[in-house]
Amino acid sequence: MCQVSTAPLRLVTSDDRGVQLPADTTRPVVESETALKAMLSGLSGVDSVGAEARAAKLATRSLKKSTKLWALDLAISMVDLTTLEGGDTHGRVTSLCTKAMHPDASDPSVPSVAAVCVYPDLVAHARSVLGASGVKVASVATAFPSGRASLKVKLLDVRDALDAGADEIDMVIDRGAFLSGRVGQVFDEIVAVKDACGAAHLKVILETGELVTYDNVRRASWIGMLGGANFIKTSTGKVGVSSTLPTALVMLEAVRDFAESTGSLVGVKVAGGIRSSKDALRYLVVVNETTGSAWLTPDRFRFGASSLLNDLLMQRLKQRRGAYVRPDEFSGD
Amino acid sequence: MSKSRVDVRKTYKLLINGAFPRSESGRSYEVTSAKGAFLANVAQGSRKDVRDAVVAARGAQSKWWSQSAYNRGQVIYRLAEMAESRREELAEHVALCEGLSKKESRSSVSRSIDRVVWYAGWTDKVAQILGSSNPVAGPFFNFSVPVPSGVVGVIADQESSLEAFLDAVFAPICVGNTVVVIASEQRPTPAVLLGEMTATSDFPGGVLNIVTGITGEIAPTLAQHEDVDGLDLGGLDEAFETELAVSAAGSIKRVLRSGHDDPASLRRLRAFVETSTVWHTIGQ
Amino acid sequence: MSYDPAAESVSIARLKPSYGLFINGDFTVPSAHDAFVTLNPATEAPLANVAQGSGADVDRAVKAARKAYDTVWSKTTGAERSKYLFRIARLIQERSRELAVVETLDNGKPIRESRDVDIPLAAAHFFYYAGWADKLDYAGYGANPRPLGVAGQIIPWNFPLLMAAWKLAPALAAGNTCVLKPAETTPLSALVLAEIIQQAGLPDGVVNIVTGDGSTGAALVDHPDVNKIAFTGSTEVGRLIQQRVATTQKHLTLELGGKGANIVFEDAPVDEMIEGIIDGIFFNQGHVCCAGSRLLVQESVADEVLRRLIRRVDQLRVGDPLDKNTDVGAINSAAQLARIKELTEYGEVEGATRYTSTCVLPDKGYWFAPTVFADVAQSHRIAREEIFGPVLSVLTFRTPEEAVAKANNTNYGLACGVWSEKGSRTLWVAERLRAGVIWANTYNRFDPTSPFGGVRESGFGREGGRHGLEAYLNV
Repeated sequence: MCQVSTAPLRLVTSDDRGVQLPADTTRPVVESETALKAMLSGLSGVDSVGAEARAAKLATRSLKKSTKLWALDLAISMVDLTTLEGGDTHGRVTSLCTKAMHPDASDPSVPSVAAVCVYPDLVAHARSVLGASGVKVASVATAFPSGRASLKVKLLDVRDALDAGADEIDMVIDRGAFLSGRVGQVFDEIVAVKDACGAAHLKVILETGELVTYDNVRRASWIGMLGGANFIKTSTGKVGVSSTLPTALVMLEAVRDFAESTGSLVGVKVAGGIRSSKDALRYLVVVNETTGSAWLTPDRFRFGASSLLNDLLMQRLKQRRGAYVRPDEFSGD
Repeated sequence: MSKSRVDVRKTYKLLINGAFPRSESGRSYEVTSAKGAFLANVAQGSRKDVRDAVVAARGAQSKWWSQSAYNRGQVIYRLAEMAESRREELAEHVALCEGLSKKESRSSVSRSIDRVVWYAGWTDKVAQILGSSNPVAGPFFNFSVPVPSGVVGVIADQESSLEAFLDAVFAPICVGNTVVVIASEQRPTPAVLLGEMTATSDFPGGVLNIVTGITGEIAPTLAQHEDVDGLDLGGLDEAFETELAVSAAGSIKRVLRSGHDDPASLRRLRAFVETSTVWHTIGQ
Repeated sequence: MSYDPAAESVSIARLKPSYGLFINGDFTVPSAHDAFVTLNPATEAPLANVAQGSGADVDRAVKAARKAYDTVWSKTTGAERSKYLFRIARLIQERSRELAVVETLDNGKPIRESRDVDIPLAAAHFFYYAGWADKLDYAGYGANPRPLGVAGQIIPWNFPLLMAAWKLAPALAAGNTCVLKPAETTPLSALVLAEIIQQAGLPDGVVNIVTGDGSTGAALVDHPDVNKIAFTGSTEVGRLIQQRVATTQKHLTLELGGKGANIVFEDAPVDEMIEGIIDGIFFNQGHVCCAGSRLLVQESVADEVLRRLIRRVDQLRVGDPLDKNTDVGAINSAAQLARIKELTEYGEVEGATRYTSTCVLPDKGYWFAPTVFADVAQSHRIAREEIFGPVLSVLTFRTPEEAVAKANNTNYGLACGVWSEKGSRTLWVAERLRAGVIWANTYNRFDPTSPFGGVRESGFGREGGRHGLEAYLNV
């Protein structure tokens, strides 16, 4: 059972004034589904009006000039450039990976993105294009996006991706199990997938649009983190409602609380529906004011997106040139 | 059988906390009829009696308000029943005090009892008339309810010994206040009778406290008492009313000045009610 | 990640070097002698000269209001009055950015608050009461309720334009004419409102604005031809006003001080509750009569709540009010700052444990770092007296009954907050709290439809909603 640490607190960084980590990292142990249920129902509820109001207020933060430039580059470096279409081909993946390594052909100072995100059967090709560029290969797995398959099939899906060379696995939780109260099953699956991952990073997709309430998002976040997630992720991008600012806020609060009670720093990936730089920068503000600057790195925060990248590039160029630019300045893919 | 029976005469006492004590000062004063005939030695309430009455009223207030509106209405209605059954006695006193004919005093008593019935019917409607749900521009359930100010001090009308007394006393009571009333100095007996009737009406002790005495002597105590939330100054002359309104300002009391006799305006019901507004978030 | 200063531009305010009084539809020519300077509290720089209204000025204003009432406004139908009010509401919206900057310059509050709260709510109040002007028969006060006549209105410095709206809108809707006395340290937004009133074509004398200090207000309170006095300010002054008005036939409403209890139960939604505590006491620098200046936290979660609270307090951005990223602005005046300092120093003397935000305060201007006192006892001055600044006193309780008793253990009764996910308990507590406003799982929310005001020594009368009309009708 996950215990709240009673060790003395210390600050992460002196000017952070954010997360206060315990002196030692404790490994949380979940003894049974009953214990897990008790722990989850002991978590504080989320007042949706308050959470949405807080997110809306954070969205009024205004970044100007140098901060914006820095934030745009940071956002670019946090992108998991994604293609998850039935019609994906080698050609498509080649384009994507090339862009991932050099987002702006005319400007080598633009950082490369964090990763590309593809289906398992395209991992090998992505790997071959990306080579040793430093851009990671993330693969969705576990019967993405629905998660409706047996555990056996889901683990095979994961192994397939890993064998093909994936650095990161984006799994989906079993929402059916969660909504029917079988939280032990949800947890066990995450543990099994993490086990299969070995050294590879695991992102656990909560599919917040199907969880609907912020209370559920908070609880699912904790299940993911207790199960060993390196990242918790909002959405598959395949259902109506994807990432929203208040959802990210609630997840970041859970991540902060988890860090303070166990010493483990889990990352957050927001995915789906983030198209503009304005949106992206708002997320960064929420990160900054919830978990603090220790999370402002691709190791702890990611954007799962496709069209966002071009908007980030456009804004970056506009800031430097001082004028609005044409979309065709950048490659479409 | 003797020709004229020696009757058992009543002592007119105070009503404090459901009991009928004499004044702690031991004093009484003579009350005569309008025609000057001796009527009674009425207890002459002291400042300490007023203080005790306020303590009683405060002690009873939260319990009175925590009863359902329905219960409060039934209690007030029962008083009307009691008054009805003792209407002749009331009429006799009103006639003597105010110098009215039998017919006039009976009419006055009828109107009085009907007014009590009117107030009895208000208890469970005030919230609907004075309250509201407010359509705020945000995800909140927002509602306003009328809550009683608390303890209301009343200086009853000097002339109208029953009708005006009832209005001044039952308006605050029916909205949940408890009352300390200084009865008319010269015409207190109908009020005292009314007080007796509360004892058989399931009125909790302390809801209505009646102090008889010399207005000029004890009204200032009531006006200045910081644990009195509202003040009805109807029974004073203009100069005295102003003086006490000024001293009441010291504790930001709600002060009702004279001249609010039109029941249609509901001024009396609104005077000692506070609007309490609650916002509650609405969300999943 | 640091936020660059993103300052709103001062030129939008279009400040004039000096302002006269607004009487009978015109601005008087400001005289050199009878003027005072209004400062920007964030920098101590002077903003403009403002006229000091004399007794004679007040008299002229009241005369103008009386004449307007007798000859024009009392003959203007509700439907017509309604349209004037709608015009004013619209004009406030049109000039909202200008008004927000003026408000921030004169008051010291963050531009984000003036822009997102003060100005929009002011427009909303005019909108709301515009709609009542021709529906008074339905307001619940009987058929054809009549106005009182001339209303003298004295407003405070904490929400200058909003308080002007709260006073003028219902008074005008009900058919009264007005003489408004803005606070001495924040007259400017009211003077811009005067321009708006001119632009709206409101008949001369219906609204008059007389700036000045306390003596101007006193002259208004004492003027024999005023029918109604409405005052928002300290309980101390409210008491004096009630005493003076008691010697007259004037109607009176008061909106005074408070020492609001923000009650946190162990099952409160924790992150939103922390924001709510912060909002409750640091919004508007704590210059709010209904501020949640006492945190009553259930003892079982007190340590954890305090830990999270201190961390959150340290994240508050204190600084240039014109910076769009500022959370906490300047204290309104040197006098107010001195009062806050005095009481906070006393808090330490009394033995409470003090946490002060580590924010860096600017050199010039009136500033006070957000402060939290823990281990406060009910008997401490900082638990009983209104500080009216960014200072929170934290006390604990064990049971709901104890929370209610402690919350009510004050002569004030303006506002309280309740934080719990258990609805039945929230309502149980709300029923028992002696307060005019109770916020559940939220704090410092205002709306023109929602009646606002206090019980006991926090005043009487309500502003907002149907109830807000009562103050301006002869019923």
